[in-house]
Amino acid sequence: MINLASSLGLILQETGRAATALESIKHPDLSKFLVIAAILFIIGVAGVLTRRNLLVIFMSIELILNAANLNFIAFSRYLQDTGRGDPLAGQIFTVFVIVVAAAEAAIGLGIVIALYRNRETIWVDEIDLMKW
Amino acid sequence: MYKYIWLVPLLPLAGAAVNGIFGRRFRFSESLIGGIAVGTVALSFLISLTAVYSYGFGGVAQWPAPYVTTQAAFNWIPAGAVKQSLGQVENAGTITVANQAVTVANPRTSLLNIEWSYQLDPLSSVFMLIVTGVGLCIFVFATGYMHGETGFYRFFAYMGLFMFSMLVLVMGSNFVMMFVGWEGVGLCSYLLIGYYFNREEAANASRKAFITNRVGDFGFMLAIFAVIATFGTAQYTSVVTQAASYPVETLGHWGLMSWIALGLMIGACGKSAQFPLHVWLPDAMAGPTPVSALIHAATMVTAGLYMLTRTNVIFQHSQTMMLVVALVGAFTAIFAATIGITQNDIKKVLAYSTVSQLGFMFLACGVGAFVIGIFHVMTHAFFKALMFLGAGSVIHGMHHEQDMRKMGGLSKYMKYTYWTFLAGWLAICGIIPFSGFWSKDEILWNAASTTAIPLGWLVWLVGTIAATCTAFYMTRLMAMTFWGEERFRQHEHSMDHEGHAQKIEHPTAHHDPHVPHESPKSMWVPLVVLAILATIGGFVGISTAFTGGKEVGGRVNIVNWLNPVIWNKETGQFGKPEERLPPAEGARELSHEEGFNLAHSIEARLGSETATEWVFILISLIVAGIGIALGLLFYLKSPQLADIWAARLAPLYKASYNKYWIDEFYGLAITRRTMDLARGVFAFDSKVIDGGVNGSAWLTRLTSTITGLTDKYFVDGLVNAIANFVIRLASPIVRSAQTGLTQNYALMMVIGLLLAVALYFIRSS
Repeated sequence: MINLASSLGLILQETGRAATALESIKHPDLSKFLVIAAILFIIGVAGVLTRRNLLVIFMSIELILNAANLNFIAFSRYLQDTGRGDPLAGQIFTVFVIVVAAAEAAIGLGIVIALYRNRETIWVDEIDLMKW
Repeated sequence: MYKYIWLVPLLPLAGAAVNGIFGRRFRFSESLIGGIAVGTVALSFLISLTAVYSYGFGGVAQWPAPYVTTQAAFNWIPAGAVKQSLGQVENAGTITVANQAVTVANPRTSLLNIEWSYQLDPLSSVFMLIVTGVGLCIFVFATGYMHGETGFYRFFAYMGLFMFSMLVLVMGSNFVMMFVGWEGVGLCSYLLIGYYFNREEAANASRKAFITNRVGDFGFMLAIFAVIATFGTAQYTSVVTQAASYPVETLGHWGLMSWIALGLMIGACGKSAQFPLHVWLPDAMAGPTPVSALIHAATMVTAGLYMLTRTNVIFQHSQTMMLVVALVGAFTAIFAATIGITQNDIKKVLAYSTVSQLGFMFLACGVGAFVIGIFHVMTHAFFKALMFLGAGSVIHGMHHEQDMRKMGGLSKYMKYTYWTFLAGWLAICGIIPFSGFWSKDEILWNAASTTAIPLGWLVWLVGTIAATCTAFYMTRLMAMTFWGEERFRQHEHSMDHEGHAQKIEHPTAHHDPHVPHESPKSMWVPLVVLAILATIGGFVGISTAFTGGKEVGGRVNIVNWLNPVIWNKETGQFGKPEERLPPAEGARELSHEEGFNLAHSIEARLGSETATEWVFILISLIVAGIGIALGLLFYLKSPQLADIWAARLAPLYKASYNKYWIDEFYGLAITRRTMDLARGVFAFDSKVIDGGVNGSAWLTRLTSTITGLTDKYFVDGLVNAIANFVIRLASPIVRSAQTGLTQNYALMMVIGLLLAVALYFIRSS
């Protein structure tokens, strides 16, 4: 790791764009975060839509939520860097989302347990009571 | 003293109220009830007597003007302004409109104010004395006769109410009060005829009397309306003075006065049982005998005469109606007299006799001798009340037997009744000097010498024949009841014969029930009083033939007493002039045009009016003698003759015995037709009216059924069909989206989200 870091530092210094690189670490590019968040979101949505296990769906929902959180944080930093708007709003919102996600998980798991006691399954394709 | 006459009607009313309201609740004894009733009537009589005395002989300035009470008087019907739509327009006035004289037919209006006040004048005083005086005798008699009856209190309550109504009738100061009394006596008559209401015969008779009287009342009411519309008032004092100024409607002219007189005459016919409305009176004998004496002989049935005399000025203005009154009276007199000959029920004979005598009174009024008509009312009240009470005494003594064929020889057993009845018999037959002679002779003399109407000789002839019949049937009654062989032992005594059916334990029942017994003192004392009146009562109207052509005795003479009430056609004033004036030119000429006048023809032969009167007096006495002689011959001397002649004159006998089938005729022509009409109307109601109602209901139901079916099958069907169609068509598509799988829904959401985002980008680009 030291090698890698030192070599990365060397590379940066060597390429002559060391200041720029440092600058980019200090102030990372927003679009990268957005891409990662989008990927996370896509993964989460795909999980929700495709997995049959209710627990896994919950996990996927967590991914979606965290994708959103990532966006909040990224924009918060971005706004902080550019000096426009209130940088704390995104962070506070993220905390709220985490709290809500925790509460949602608690209720969701309670539902799962209740469902399992009644139907002895947590596979969503077997739970179709909402059919007409 | 005469200012207290308002007490006269109220006292019997008070007695009736006490008896009627408390008599049953507190179980008044008979003597208490009788005492209250007799006491109040006696007090009324005393007040009437003193009032009339002070009015006529007390030297007051009132005489002969009517005294209308102001004490206890009140405005009974303040009717306000009425338009006098009938009668003369007095003065077509000239008024000024816009400085121009305009003649208008003055529309007369007046304030109609009907008061409740009593009038004391010569006419009402005569009736007051008859009603209270004769009434007192009958009340006393009734306390004995009704002894032991259940409903004793009820009887005297009705009787007191009757006295009140009758006194209102004769003492009221206007036509409306007369009508109140008129209806009141009708009601009491109904109640008292139906006193034995548990007997169908009595109940039917009471209804018959009431309904027949309604026919007359109808005419009377129309006459009252006409009087109010003509004169704008109902007060006698105003009406008679106004009516006097109207022109006389001679024979063949039919005007307003004739119309009013016709209505009054119809009323009088109903109440006074004149043909053709006489049918109720004989049936009214179903009531207790004192009732027959008081109501159906002495007082109520003479109300018609009272009305005729009260309105004599109106009647005298219509010669046609005078003739009608005279002819109706004469016809009724002979018609009822011939029926009386063949009846066997003692009360029925007396009833037809009453109808006949009332006919005589109408006859008297019709020929213009209103005073004599009232005189006959008075004498008739005496002797007919006497005879009815005598008959009541006989019935009482015979233990409620009314059939004369089961009597005979009663003079031996019932001394008082016999001797008093004898006086009544002689009076009604017209034997001098009994009261009936004076009045009946005067009637016939006035009929023969009348100038008021033509055909006086015919009326006289019919009246004379009727008088013969009267003497005959009354002699028959005497012979069958009091003389001859004793037939009451031959028949098994039956309590429930057509007469009274009550099983009463009489105090006298302990001896042989077949032997008649004299009635108690309370019954024969009134008989004696009435017998004295029937004997000497006629002297107040003593014939001028006996007194040298003058009405003697001052105001005690009933002719002088009543004349101020009578309108004199020749002078156009009320009352008779003191000395006889030569008749006005027009009047004599009028009478000459009227054709044959019996009295005047005889007078022309004999040359003296007094001599002519004597001729007629002799004729009256002779025909009465003939009647009596025939009666004695047929029913005393050789009783088989009666049957022989009945067989010989079988058709006549049957007609008379069956009362000329008048009842049957009415039953067929009126009662049955009325029932038919009622049935027809009922059928119309139940078929057509109800049918219409039910039909419309049926139609409504039919329509609603149709609407209901249309709604159910057509409208609902259409709605359901469209709904079904939509469901069939759309549901496979729509419901395939509803998989129930959460992930499908989530997928939809994602797709939606993607679409929304895509849209956003497309739009923003």
